[in-house]
Amino acid sequence: METQVLDRTGLGQLVDALRDEGYRVIGPTVRDNAIVLAELDSAEQLPAGWGVTTAPGRYRLRRRDDEAVFGHSSGPQSWKSYLHPPRRKLFEVNRTGEFTPAPEDDPRYAFLGVRGCDLAAIAILDRVLGAGAHPDGSYQRRRRELFVVAVNCTEPGELCFCTSMGTGPAAGPGYDLGLTERADGDGHRFVVDVGTSKGAQLLGKLTVRPAAEGEVREAREDVAAAAGRMGRAMPEADLPTAIREARESPQWEEVASRCLTCGNCTMVCPTCFCTTTEDVTDLTGDHAERWQRSASCFELDFSYVHGGSVRTSGSSRYRQWFSHKLGTWHEQFGSSGCVGCGRCIAWCPTGIDITEEAAKLAEYPGGTP
Amino acid sequence: MTDPMVPVPYRVAGRVVETADSVSLRLEPRGKPLPEAKLGQFMMLYCHGVGEVAISVSGPGPTHTIRAVGAVSRALHDLTPGTLVGVRGPFGTSWDIEKATGNDVVIVAGGAGLCPLRPVLADVLDHRGDYGRVVVVAGARTPEDFLFPDELASWAGRHDVELLRTIDRPAPGWTGPVGFVTEPLAGLALDPERTRAFLCGPEPMMRACAEILLAKEMSAQHIRVSLERAMKCGIGLCGHCQLGPLLVCRDGPVVDYTVAGPLLAVKEL
Repeated sequence: METQVLDRTGLGQLVDALRDEGYRVIGPTVRDNAIVLAELDSAEQLPAGWGVTTAPGRYRLRRRDDEAVFGHSSGPQSWKSYLHPPRRKLFEVNRTGEFTPAPEDDPRYAFLGVRGCDLAAIAILDRVLGAGAHPDGSYQRRRRELFVVAVNCTEPGELCFCTSMGTGPAAGPGYDLGLTERADGDGHRFVVDVGTSKGAQLLGKLTVRPAAEGEVREAREDVAAAAGRMGRAMPEADLPTAIREARESPQWEEVASRCLTCGNCTMVCPTCFCTTTEDVTDLTGDHAERWQRSASCFELDFSYVHGGSVRTSGSSRYRQWFSHKLGTWHEQFGSSGCVGCGRCIAWCPTGIDITEEAAKLAEYPGGTP
Repeated sequence: MTDPMVPVPYRVAGRVVETADSVSLRLEPRGKPLPEAKLGQFMMLYCHGVGEVAISVSGPGPTHTIRAVGAVSRALHDLTPGTLVGVRGPFGTSWDIEKATGNDVVIVAGGAGLCPLRPVLADVLDHRGDYGRVVVVAGARTPEDFLFPDELASWAGRHDVELLRTIDRPAPGWTGPVGFVTEPLAGLALDPERTRAFLCGPEPMMRACAEILLAKEMSAQHIRVSLERAMKCGIGLCGHCQLGPLLVCRDGPVVDYTVAGPLLAVKEL
């Protein structure tokens, strides 16, 4: 099939068609001076003409000189909020011991505007939560129903390093439809790649035109060129080995002197998946519930066993997060846990840069000379 | 398919007070039982409205021995016969005691570490002819803190079990050795080639014992240890029980010392 092109109206139809098929469409929109993910009623809510400027510990919206809707790098949220919600009831139980699992009312989501980095993050969550001996049923159900409209990135940010993680700037595999946004003298339009028959079926409902000669090539070139404009790069080193050898490095103390152990990095990370549980009862104590909620390895009680926590120092907690993300994740789940989105750098209040810390460790595993 | 995060109702069918702060609860399924645990696996026990903890299986039934050390274990400890307990599991790896067939078995337990090892010894004694020497080194803080005192007495009376008991501090009426389990262990003459060791107790104890066994030229892969970490899910989804590359609930709790040794040597890992 010829490559098709959607214009801005066609993008509006895409949102409407997904909603008509019963999907809750989640996509980027502007709120509270940030580009956040929210449920969209229409494509009008997309952040047209908004870009972002990022730096370590810094995230600002800026006006673009075009009306691009996907012309921004990662915001403070990621898609995990929808696939692996921050708070979820596990079961209810009464005094007579009838355990009632929480109802399986998991919504059907369509994600609009998933970058290569974030699509790779979903693939990682698939392995972590969906592929073990005891998969997370809620995650699996949401994931099975998911419709993904990915966006190839042509505008990497100052903190992006997906190229060095092998996750972008081109998105995929794993999408139903993939868009490359073009906003230039020839108008505002989206070159569409079809990933699945489900995607093709949906595309069939939209007003499209065949791509003009050279249009697809130009779009591809744009994406390829983006690979060379990453603001950051993860060092090309055997990080799992370097990190394992650096377990006792004084470098951790040095990072800890800057780390507030606030856990922002774990909240914004698209693959940080840890959870804890909360038990609640009503006033009589007859009715009890167990809830699952997001947790962070930076919390002091994260490693609590009777008698105390295993990781009390800030350096040990930073080491845990960093070593898991870039090192032991490979052993546990067969890949790195980092996709190069740069969120943890932007949202770290003291601007700790994961690529910089990795470079130091890779150079001097035993510690700086 | 049943949700592994939702407990199955059991009730307390028997409660035996072991020490001042420990009880053994024999549980009985109210309906369809969970699969039987392999030796060394653990279950997640839920106390109504209070919470859930990982507890090893210490005997048939299943039986769980619980020391009251935190909010949930205290609530479980105080449960009376007939009360409801939610159970999930069994989870984790086993001691792989079968692989020790034809060899000498050394069991070293510190305090509550005896709980997951009691079924190991019971199994070894059920198949006594399959093994060579059977040595049990058990330590407790005081003579009153030994779990399963009746069984200890019966093992002490057997000619085919070498039982060495030690307490941390001198106590009136105690004529046995005083000190950590490392001391009687260090004094043992073992055949390093044909010895298989099973250790459970506080981490410093397991490390010290493993080092003694390594000094006796045992291979680290013949030393099995049972690890403890915070656990919320028990099935590798919550991230709490990490120890380096291990998800202790999934890759443990029982691992070889080849794996555990380098990890336990790092502070706050």
